Amino acid sequence: MKKTASMILSAALCVGLLAACGGNGGSTESAAPAESSAPAQSAAAALSGTVSTNGSTSMEKVMGALIEQFKTVEPGITVTYDPTGSGTGIEAASNGSADIGLSSRGLKDEEKANLTETVVAKDGIAVIVNPENGVEDLTVEQIAAIAKGEITNWSEVGGADGEIAFIGREAGSGTRGAFEELTETVDSCKYTQELTSTGAVITAVSTTPNAIGYASLSSVEDSVKALKVGGVECTEETVLDGTYAIQRPFVFATKTGSTLSEAAQAFYDFAMDPANAGLYTTAGVVPANS
Amino acid sequence: MTRTKQDPGAPGVKKRGARDLLEKGMNGLFFLCGLVAVAFVLFITAYLVISGLPAIRQIGLTDFLFGTEWASTNKTDPKFGILPFILTSIYGTAGAIVIGVPVGFLTAVFLSKLAPRRTAAVIRTAVDLLAGIPSVVYGLIGMTVLVPAVRVAFDLSSGATLLAAMVVLAVMILPSIISVSETALNAVPKEYEEASLALGATEIETYFRVSAPAAASGIAAAVVLGIGRAIGEAMAIMMVAGNVANMPGLFKSVRFLTTAIASEMSYSSVGSLQRNALFSIALVLFLFIMLINILLNALLKRDRNKG
Repeated sequence: MKKTASMILSAALCVGLLAACGGNGGSTESAAPAESSAPAQSAAAALSGTVSTNGSTSMEKVMGALIEQFKTVEPGITVTYDPTGSGTGIEAASNGSADIGLSSRGLKDEEKANLTETVVAKDGIAVIVNPENGVEDLTVEQIAAIAKGEITNWSEVGGADGEIAFIGREAGSGTRGAFEELTETVDSCKYTQELTSTGAVITAVSTTPNAIGYASLSSVEDSVKALKVGGVECTEETVLDGTYAIQRPFVFATKTGSTLSEAAQAFYDFAMDPANAGLYTTAGVVPANS
Repeated sequence: MTRTKQDPGAPGVKKRGARDLLEKGMNGLFFLCGLVAVAFVLFITAYLVISGLPAIRQIGLTDFLFGTEWASTNKTDPKFGILPFILTSIYGTAGAIVIGVPVGFLTAVFLSKLAPRRTAAVIRTAVDLLAGIPSVVYGLIGMTVLVPAVRVAFDLSSGATLLAAMVVLAVMILPSIISVSETALNAVPKEYEEASLALGATEIETYFRVSAPAAASGIAAAVVLGIGRAIGEAMAIMMVAGNVANMPGLFKSVRFLTTAIASEMSYSSVGSLQRNALFSIALVLFLFIMLINILLNALLKRDRNKG
């Protein structure tokens, strides 16, 4: 009984903590304009304040690069990034708890009702297999058939005999949504494993000889092998020129009709500036403006 | 509450008044702290019921509880049957108990009755450490060591299966089973064992025929506590069970009640039926854990009454 009570208490404390976090998010926003107005009198050019961004975990590398570089341009502005997931990010942008929502899929029509979509970059989704796998090249149709469970053995696509393990992301993941949409397998995939992060997928594929999975081009490591799709290798160049078939947009979602705070606008402009395109490239995705 | 010496005169009375005030104040403070825990329990219960019921009403209780298909993000024909999750949670927990309880019970007998003091101290420290390892670490090691081992041992395409989850859960519930059973075994009166030994029974016979039955309800409490831990675990099994909403099978990738919530919560949009259905799963899980706690309390009470 004592144990139960203490467990419940600690759970309750966690809830309290989360609630406090939520409160902070709101308060920083209201504090931002006040802070930015004070130093504006002394130094007209330098801005200050807080920009909160929230959303896609796939955009972590991109946001990391942007935020780091932005800090050297506008040291007075703090940009926060909560990697929560595209759905949460879009929700945060529409309810105002974040200045910019980050989504690794295009916005849905109902979300576009009160949000504006800006594509900042394009990300190729690499189809990855274990390095031991002899298969080098699959067509989109073959990948779709594997995903749907119509092809279940590597020997059917020119590999060694072995049952295919198809490893993907959980329902709702931006990467999964993009993969299923781009291979036209929405809601018909037969997964062997559904994992909750790109890193977990890569680890699972690298430790399972007969596995096939998918991950952002930017996250692919040497522990797995990215397949050619329809003869086209998955590289930044092929994603940019559109020859690589499986690619998706990285989106900044902002609230339609309400202006961004000065600090948020500065960050937005920075992210869209073609001069900063190199930051996207180093993060492994292809900038929309270059 | 007994006061041996009382200061006579006005200043003493005044002082006592102040002390009484402090005493009452502190009493009030402690009471408030106690209320906080109660308030949170009530809040969480109410929150789960309020946010869990709408989806159940929309889906239909029988379709929700006994539907065998879960396709929450299917745009044309979403399905919200959680029978696979319920059965997986039950099978997974049962598997963990089947593997974990014999090991845990025998360890407890060893620690309580047979082990030399120094060996027992080492084992007890190890068990305590095992209890302190964060579940994500169990998951990580399960994912990188156990899952490939299961794949090779049973010649599967992927080792992320119910079996792997059972093994991880079995290890995770060991500490609670060992420590609670050991306490129960230690509480068996020495006279019982001495009498048994005096009648010519061997030590092992004594421990299994006399001590264990005498400690039965304590050991049962240990098992129930283990069930409670296993059914509520999410992080570790999310990393080893594969998370596909299949009907459970030992060598199939499966999703538990806990992992069903954890894996979809971050991406479900607020207010959608998917998000609400996740709350409904949480409500079902909450009821399961409540039942287990009631059972645990009943067992402990019986134990106490008997003692």
